[in-house]
Amino acid sequence: MATKRKKASPKRKSVRPENGSHMITVAVNGRKFTRAVEPRVLLVDFIRDDLRLTGTHVGCDTSHCGACTVLLDGRAVKSCTMLAVQADGREITTIEGLSEHGRLHPIQEAFKAHHGLQCGFCTPGVVLAALELLRVENAPSEDRIRTAISGNICRCTGYQGIVDSVAAAGEMMRPRKG
Amino acid sequence: MQPHSFDYVRPQTLARAIQVLSENGNRAKVLAGGQSLIPVLKLRLANPRVLVDINDVPGLAFIEERGDQLRIGALSRHRDFEQSKLIREKYPIFSDVASVLGDPQVRNLGTIGGALAHADPASDWGTALLAFKAELTARGPNGARTIPIDRFFKDPFTTALRSSELLTEIRIPKSKAGDGGAYLKLKRKTGDFATIGVAVQLGLDAKRNVAGARVALASVGPRPIRAPGAEKALVGRKAGPTAFADAAKMASGEAHPTSDLRGSEEYKRAMIEVFTRRALETATARAGR
Repeated sequence: MATKRKKASPKRKSVRPENGSHMITVAVNGRKFTRAVEPRVLLVDFIRDDLRLTGTHVGCDTSHCGACTVLLDGRAVKSCTMLAVQADGREITTIEGLSEHGRLHPIQEAFKAHHGLQCGFCTPGVVLAALELLRVENAPSEDRIRTAISGNICRCTGYQGIVDSVAAAGEMMRPRKG
Repeated sequence: MQPHSFDYVRPQTLARAIQVLSENGNRAKVLAGGQSLIPVLKLRLANPRVLVDINDVPGLAFIEERGDQLRIGALSRHRDFEQSKLIREKYPIFSDVASVLGDPQVRNLGTIGGALAHADPASDWGTALLAFKAELTARGPNGARTIPIDRFFKDPFTTALRSSELLTEIRIPKSKAGDGGAYLKLKRKTGDFATIGVAVQLGLDAKRNVAGARVALASVGPRPIRAPGAEKALVGRKAGPTAFADAAKMASGEAHPTSDLRGSEEYKRAMIEVFTRRALETATARAGR
């Protein structure tokens, strides 16, 4: 939206346009969006309904399943358990933000190659939870991987394929020597 | 699921936060990490008129030793404890809490102060802090007051905080040689509340006798509770299997579990005994004299 594209400082106080809505500016996958939102709108609904980024899924809507996981300033959070107004001035990464120029992110490649998904419903959340880990540790132990995805429920794979995929992605993301 | 409508304010100073709280009384709710509050709002178990988001209030997130105390800002996230070297090395009981509470996503947002103010009877933080002579600072329109942890939890989801007050800081005595603690939680799966939980904090003297002991239990009463009989069974005795077995039996008797989805009363009592013994063993190993 071209309207009112003020520079968003992270500490910027939300102004209220009308009917209790707040103007918020959120950087999603590197692009800034400014929108008016009612305070009670959940971040996941803002992402899916207002921004039309439907890769972020709503599974349980009760904070248990992790399908709605996105990165908030690099940290995995459940977007069904956060208000959109809380994201004002922050950076969000959703599954749509991973591939570049039509090329899959290594973690997506790895999930494809190592059977990290079957129905795919939980996958966006699992991938983002794993990405938070891989950005700080590219050779995590199996235990670390299992802990990192412990907030995400998958009803298809039995998790082994996911664990293999995350380990393989770490390998692919490691800087090459020489 | 969507919460009821509410106004949202994000004060930039502590004074302003307290002002908004005092203006709105119990129609306002404090939003910290939101990991308990937002589910509660979505289920419409609470319908506040105003949400006071304190995440921009400066000076509320810290974990540091100052003087003879460990001081913790109420807005410190569970993840901060998981990652803190100071906590890992000197207060591993809090690493225990931070690694079994919720799940990674919850730990990234949830705060210690929020968990305490929410006052779930299964509170991992509440139970762990009861194992210390912890003091809580509440700031309100008339300044700050100190609430001892033993008087903080009143009933399920009810604390000594007034509606105009904000919990800002938690303090415990600094760890010294011979001190060791542990928090053990029995849960069905990641993200679940404690079926039962046990926190113990021991102070051992040079001969490995128990000089001081506190034992606290989660999910077996209307709030996190102490087990004074178990504490008495430890003090003055050699830190070892005999005293631990006696204390564990006492704790089991002092618990008030109820049968529910997570297990029968009998099962929970049995688990309190087992987990108390194990927590005492870990605490003793950590006391490392």
